Formats: sequence, structure tokens, C-alpha cells
Amino acid sequence: MTQLLSPQVQPPLGRSSRPRDAAFAGISRGSGIIVLFTMGAIGAFLLWKALPALRANTVPFLTSTQWFPDDPQPKFGIAALAFGTLLSSVIAMVIAVPVGLGVALYTSHYAPRRFAPTLGYVVDLLAAVPSIIFGLWGLQILMPNSIGLWRWFDQHLGFIPLFNNSQNIYTRSIALAAVVLAIMILPTVSAISREVFNQVPPGHIEAALALGATRWETMRTAVFPFARPGMVSAAMLGLGRALGETIAVALILSATFSINWHVTEPGGNTFAANIALKWNEAGNIGLGALIASGLVLYIITFAVNMAARVVVERRRDFSGAN
Amino acid sequence: MAKRIDVSDLNVYYGTFLAVEGVNLVVEPRAVTAFIGPSGCGKSTVLRTLNRMHEVTPGARIEGKILLDHENIYGPDIDPVNVRSTIGMVFQKPNPFPTMSIYGNVVAGIKLKKRTKKSELDDVVESSLRGANLWEEVKDRLDRPGSVLSGGQQQRLCIARAIAIQPQVLLMDEPCSALDPISTLAIEELIHELKQQYTIVIVTHNMQQAARVSDTTAFFNIAGTGKPGKLIEMNTTANIFGSPSEKATEDYISGRFG
Ligand SMILES: Nc1ncnc2c1ncn2[C@@H]1O[C@H](COP(=O)(O)OP(=O)(O)O)[C@@H](O)[C@H]1O
Ligand SMILES: [Mg+2]
Repeated sequence: MTQLLSPQVQPPLGRSSRPRDAAFAGISRGSGIIVLFTMGAIGAFLLWKALPALRANTVPFLTSTQWFPDDPQPKFGIAALAFGTLLSSVIAMVIAVPVGLGVALYTSHYAPRRFAPTLGYVVDLLAAVPSIIFGLWGLQILMPNSIGLWRWFDQHLGFIPLFNNSQNIYTRSIALAAVVLAIMILPTVSAISREVFNQVPPGHIEAALALGATRWETMRTAVFPFARPGMVSAAMLGLGRALGETIAVALILSATFSINWHVTEPGGNTFAANIALKWNEAGNIGLGALIASGLVLYIITFAVNMAARVVVERRRDFSGAN
Repeated sequence: MAKRIDVSDLNVYYGTFLAVEGVNLVVEPRAVTAFIGPSGCGKSTVLRTLNRMHEVTPGARIEGKILLDHENIYGPDIDPVNVRSTIGMVFQKPNPFPTMSIYGNVVAGIKLKKRTKKSELDDVVESSLRGANLWEEVKDRLDRPGSVLSGGQQQRLCIARAIAIQPQVLLMDEPCSALDPISTLAIEELIHELKQQYTIVIVTHNMQQAARVSDTTAFFNIAGTGKPGKLIEMNTTANIFGSPSEKATEDYISGRFG
């Protein structure tokens, strides 16, 4: 030991093994590989479980809207599920992203200093509410109280197919599910975008103000461009949650296998809700069919995230990361 | 283009803390005025009151009057947004917008004010970058992000961005303190040229720099922590560095403290 500490001993200039660096590199590389492997394994597992059912299917899996997998002539397709899942999620995004960004902007840059942390905390708490509670709330409170609203849409905007309601029943609809989804993903969107809004360096904000920008112009010039990747991530995480949400949607929708653009009418279905509702009664092929639909949901979620990455990466040079 | 600034009985507060007390000074047009003094004496604070950037800090406020050619910029019907586009500012740390190209940075201020034709914007970009002695270095990569430039180039980009909106006054808060000596020299030469057109106020902790670039120097000092900073004396730069009338000024410039 003493010899090591003595100044006469020159440290060797050659490459030395740094065990902690090596361990850290190993761990992080290992975790990366494990994550990739797990994702691949899940996909492979789903495919393997789904294949017998897909082979037995007598209608096109991607474009059919029927769901009779346990018939002697199995018939099942995901068109209605994909339609309901995407439509409810898109409507939820249309509501939740602007509102969530607005709330985030308000808490990060507009709210009075003493009030802002409380508001942020309340929004964060909302993210911790279990989805069954949102589902029950949607069913018990929102559904009976929103009938007037949907009727108003039907009467005044009924010329738009989306708002048209030819059944005059305004419950258990895709629209209702979408509103509940929107409320569920709102805290995710707003909590994450609030964090990125708060991370905008004060120097950029001052630069904009010093050029004579108003508060809103400062947001547009300095805050939004800097926060853009984070805003995209926030929206995508919200979308991911909406696409996969099961119990709240299963509670609210009265499941049908049809493609109906009249979103305020009862009916519709989603991948996740359908799996939850059908699993217990499914036979052999039925289970395989549900797993196959799960595989499609898995791929859609994956594609959404890849698309988000592409959006974020495309202007990487301009991200301010360096 | 250049206007004169007249500060009278200025007290500056952060909340209840009186940071600067009783400042009276005049900034002449088409000249460089330097603020010097030890750290924490309120140079930046006073500078930021001159374009109402001070009040961006929560709880910050002032007492007193600041005239820009006879108009009180703190008057009741004055819009601070207009004050800031009339009195430009360059900060200590170069802060080009990282999400914008070099071109986008230069036109950022103009785009806030009005829609402008591309050809006009092109002209402004060239003249502002020439004005900031940066044109030759970046003319072939105007579409690259501002962050690819060196620190000194970034600071000149910030100067180009500030002069693109043709302000009356240019405020600079230690614009060279994050730069190497060569970039510093480039900025100092630029300040020399800019003063033909603009009223310039520069804060610097570097006394040689104040001596090199300024016509007038204001020396600020602080009696102790928690005490308000004060303007000790203001005179031509030659007089401040040659024959200061206050003992504190002499001590400071001869390096005896601070
Ligand atoms: N944002 C702020 N909030 C509270 N006090 C501040 C703030 N900025 C500066 N001060 C205080 O005001 C005084 C003057 O600071 P400053 O103007 O930055 O000095 P200088 O630029 O001369 O170094 C210091 O006591 C400093 O602590
Ligand atoms: Mg300072």
C-alpha cells in the first residue's frame, strides 16, 4: 500500500482495466439486451399461441368484423376491434392533449408561484387513481349526466357523421369511453409536459423576452420548440395508455362487433376490453383468437412508439441537447 | 437610431430586499458606457432595469424614473414588451435558440413583430450578421443550428439577433465573460463599430476591457453583504482610470480589492 502511495511510482500509461467502469458498461448493455429480448420473446410467445387459431380461421383476420372463433367453422377478425380501439384513443387524444398541455403550461409558466406546486401535485395524484374508479365514475356519473350533451351534438352537428345518432340512445358509446380515457390520460400528458416546460433554460426565455416577445410569443419562440420532443413523448405515453386501457372501457361500452362512425351511439369494442370480456368464456380457438388480437395491439403500440421516436429524432440537431 | 437614457433616483428591489439604492446616471447616445464594480454590487440589476427585464423576476420592482429621450419607460401607459424591443439585450452566457437555425435566430425578433417577405428577411440576416462580424464565417451554413457555432460565434449571433430588430440601445451583461481571449477581442472590436449607430451599455468585471471599449465608466460598489449597491462615481473612462475622485474607485481599479 505505502508503495502505491509513494510519489516515485508513476502510474502506468497503458490501458488499465477499470473494474467499475467495466461492470457498469456490462450492466447497462445487459439490461438493454434483456429488454430487447423480453420484447421479442413476448411477440414470439403471442404468435406461437395464436398460430393454431389463425390457421383454423375461415375469414380474413385483419379485415373481418365477425367474432365467432369457437364455431365449428371459426370466424374472427380484428377490424371492428382495431376501429374501436383507434377511434376511442384518437378522440381521447384530441381532448386530452390540448387540455393536458394547457394545464401543464399554466402550472409551469402562468400560475401564481404559491399556487402552482399544489396544482401540479393534484394533477399528479389524478394519475394514481386506479382505472376501475374512472370506469365506475364514467358509468355512474358521467353517462347519465352527459346524455344532454350528446343529444345537443346530434341535434346541432348531426350533419357530421361522427355526431349523428340515429338510435336516439346516448349511453355506453365510444364517445363516452373516449371521454373517460381522455380524463385518464390527462394527468400523464400534463405531468410529463409540465416537467419539460419547467426544464426550458431560463436563458432561452430571457432571450425571447429581451427581443420584445409577449408571454405567449415567448412560449412559442422558446418554450414549445425546446419542449417539443417531451411533448411528443407525453402524448405518446398517453396514447399508449389509452390504446391498452381495459377495465374502464369494458365497463362502459356495450360490446358490438361493428364499424360504426356514429360515436355517440351505444356499441363499439376495443382489443383490450374484448380480451377481458371474452377470455373466461372462450374455448381453445377462442383463446388463440384473443391472443392473436393481443398481438395486433402489441404491434400497434410498438408502431406508435417508433413513430414518436422518428418524430423526435428527425430534428435532433436542433434539440438543444448539446 | 441611438437614444439617451436618463436614470434618476433609482432604487431596485427583489421582494423586500433593496439591491441597489439611489442611482442617478446618464447614458449618452452613440457611445459606450461601462458599468464596473465588485461582484454583487448590482451592475446586472441596474442594467436589467434599463429595458424592464428586471421585472421578469418574480417580486422584483423599482422606484424612480428612467427616461429614454424624455419618455419615462416606467410610465403608466408604457408596454414593457415595446421597451424591450426598443432596448436590446445581450446576456452573459450566449443563448441562441437551440431549436432554430442560424438564420432563424437572426430573424426571431422580426418574426414576432410582423410578417415579412423572405427577400427582406434575407437582407436583414445578411446585414445583421455583417453588423455582428459573423457573416463570412456562417454565410454557407445559415440553415445549421446555432449550437454548432463556437462560444464566441454564438455570442456574435446573439448580437446579430439583437441588432436585427434595430433597437435604439444595446445592453450587454458581461458579454465576454464566457469567451476565450480571441473571441473577446472580436466582440470588443464589434462594440467599437456598433457605437457609431447605437447607444451601448456594457457590464464588465474586466477593468482592462472597460478601459479599452468604453467612453464613460460608472463604478458601483457595495458596503457589505445585505447592504444595497450604490453608484460611487461616473466619469469619462480616462478620468475614472486616470484620476478617480473617490478613494473606493481608486482602490478598486488599482486592484486593492474586489
Ligand atoms: N433574482 C434575484 N433575486 C434576489 N436577489 C437577487 C437576484 N439577482 C440578484 N440579486 C441580488 O442583488 C444584488 C446585486 O446582484 P447583481 O446585480 O447580480 O450584481 P452584479 O451583476 O454586480 O454582480 C446581489 O446582492 C444579489 O444577491
Ligand atoms: Mg452580474
